[in-house]
Amino acid sequence: MKSSRIPAFILSLVLVFLYLPILLLVVNSFNEARYSSTWGGFTLKWYEALLDRQNRDLWDAAQRTLLIALASSGISMILGTLSACALHWYRSRLQRINYGILYLPIVIPDLLMGISLLLFLVALGVTLGSGTILIAHVTFCASFVTVVVLGRLQGFDENVIAAARDLGASKWVIIRRIILPLLAPGIVAGGLLAFTLSVDDYVITFFVTGPGSTTLPLKIYSMVKHSKDLPIINAISTLFLILTFLIVWLSQRLTEHQPNRDSP
Amino acid sequence: MTQRKNEILLTAPTLLWLAVFFVIPSFAMFLVSFRPANADGGIEPGWTLDAWRALGDPDYPIILWRTVWLSVVTTAVCLAIALPIAFLLGKLEGKWRGILLMLVIVPFWTNFVIRVAAWRIILHPEGMIRQVLLNVGLIEPDTLLLYNEGAVLMVMIYTHLPFAILPLYAAAERFDYSLLEAARDLGASGFRAVMRVFVPGVSRGLLTAMALVLIPALGSYVIPDLVGGPSDEMIGNKIAQRTLGNRNLPQAATLSLALLVITLIPILVVFLINRKEQADSR
Repeated sequence: MKSSRIPAFILSLVLVFLYLPILLLVVNSFNEARYSSTWGGFTLKWYEALLDRQNRDLWDAAQRTLLIALASSGISMILGTLSACALHWYRSRLQRINYGILYLPIVIPDLLMGISLLLFLVALGVTLGSGTILIAHVTFCASFVTVVVLGRLQGFDENVIAAARDLGASKWVIIRRIILPLLAPGIVAGGLLAFTLSVDDYVITFFVTGPGSTTLPLKIYSMVKHSKDLPIINAISTLFLILTFLIVWLSQRLTEHQPNRDSP
Repeated sequence: MTQRKNEILLTAPTLLWLAVFFVIPSFAMFLVSFRPANADGGIEPGWTLDAWRALGDPDYPIILWRTVWLSVVTTAVCLAIALPIAFLLGKLEGKWRGILLMLVIVPFWTNFVIRVAAWRIILHPEGMIRQVLLNVGLIEPDTLLLYNEGAVLMVMIYTHLPFAILPLYAAAERFDYSLLEAARDLGASGFRAVMRVFVPGVSRGLLTAMALVLIPALGSYVIPDLVGGPSDEMIGNKIAQRTLGNRNLPQAATLSLALLVITLIPILVVFLINRKEQADSR
């Protein structure tokens, strides 16, 4: 038993290290004092400040972030599901190339994706803004959705399709009534992952954004960089945390079930 | 023939999207690096090696070296911390394993910018940690916790640690812990048994963890920008400066290609070792 005492000690230190900044941030969002070094009593004034007219741009940024996340997760759900099916059902040279190209956006540093896309868009003379952010987000989200849906397909019982075909079901009926319902939890989980990745992204968005198209991470970044309104950042970060936890909790619930257990 | 048609229908949309917005831009970057830059930050027609020659400027090799050094230290520390944690998590059974694993992953869900921002707020000259350290007398009144290499390293370790723990845990979960008892029975000390039996046993996980930390660390930009000082710049900061502030797109392209070449090294190492292992097991 002695041998596990050192790892247990390291683990507890690491957990403190991992949670300390986040906890302090949440606690400080309720701190009356402007600086985190003293506790000035409980307050909700930083949250109230979020509602001020002068912080309207924060809400605009939040709205834009959510819209881009919704659109990019929607598109990448379609693209990711199609490519996962292609990778799962076919074993050709084309699929080997497809596999390599799909995995690259996951491995390559996001900075490189951002800069190459920016150079390309500038060379084409495209106006930068919400549209280009959307394109960039779909480009890295599609690969992640593919991986999640591919995982779901691995537990797929091919006999169901064969049985449906024997019973005379057409291709569209098989897709609509069998494949899509069976894959649905994987597609939704992939979509939620895409949503969180899109909301989380700073680096790629920073490169492909245009004037007036600020997202929430960009906004928070510039506030932090200029050490402006630090307590307000605490408050908005806490709200952001709650949103992320809700989404992750939801996607965990969806992926928990085994593919064969919730089949119709 | 209809099989082939179905395959193409399924493959084409995503592959075309990635071809247009990922593969072609990567090649475009290569082309832009040979273009002359003009004073307005635009690209002129014609071909030149100016941007490539500028890589020899005394500034860039120092920044490249610092990028590699900070990333390697981050990777080494993350692996050193993750190894005992994975050892423990792999050994635990039942409920506790799940709970502790969850506890390790949860901070990872937090927005990346917010996690880095949290450190900046805590380490702020008026922030809590500095005030505590001052009161205890551990630091001098003129010591800053922010804007130095130590802060960059610590936050890099903070953000990358889960990337090291998860693959190592996955490997430790499959490790047969009775092998350690066998080594102890044969007279090896506890530490020696871990180093000679457990570490080789999870070598695949170590390799994955190494790549998953090293690759994003090399592309760091946010962390040195928010918690580092002017002398802690990494190549990512230079790329951003050349793209937006002091605009020179061909220069940004050559710097990005230099970063790409450096990140390809760990990717290739993992790829080659995996292929060799597959060949050996056949």
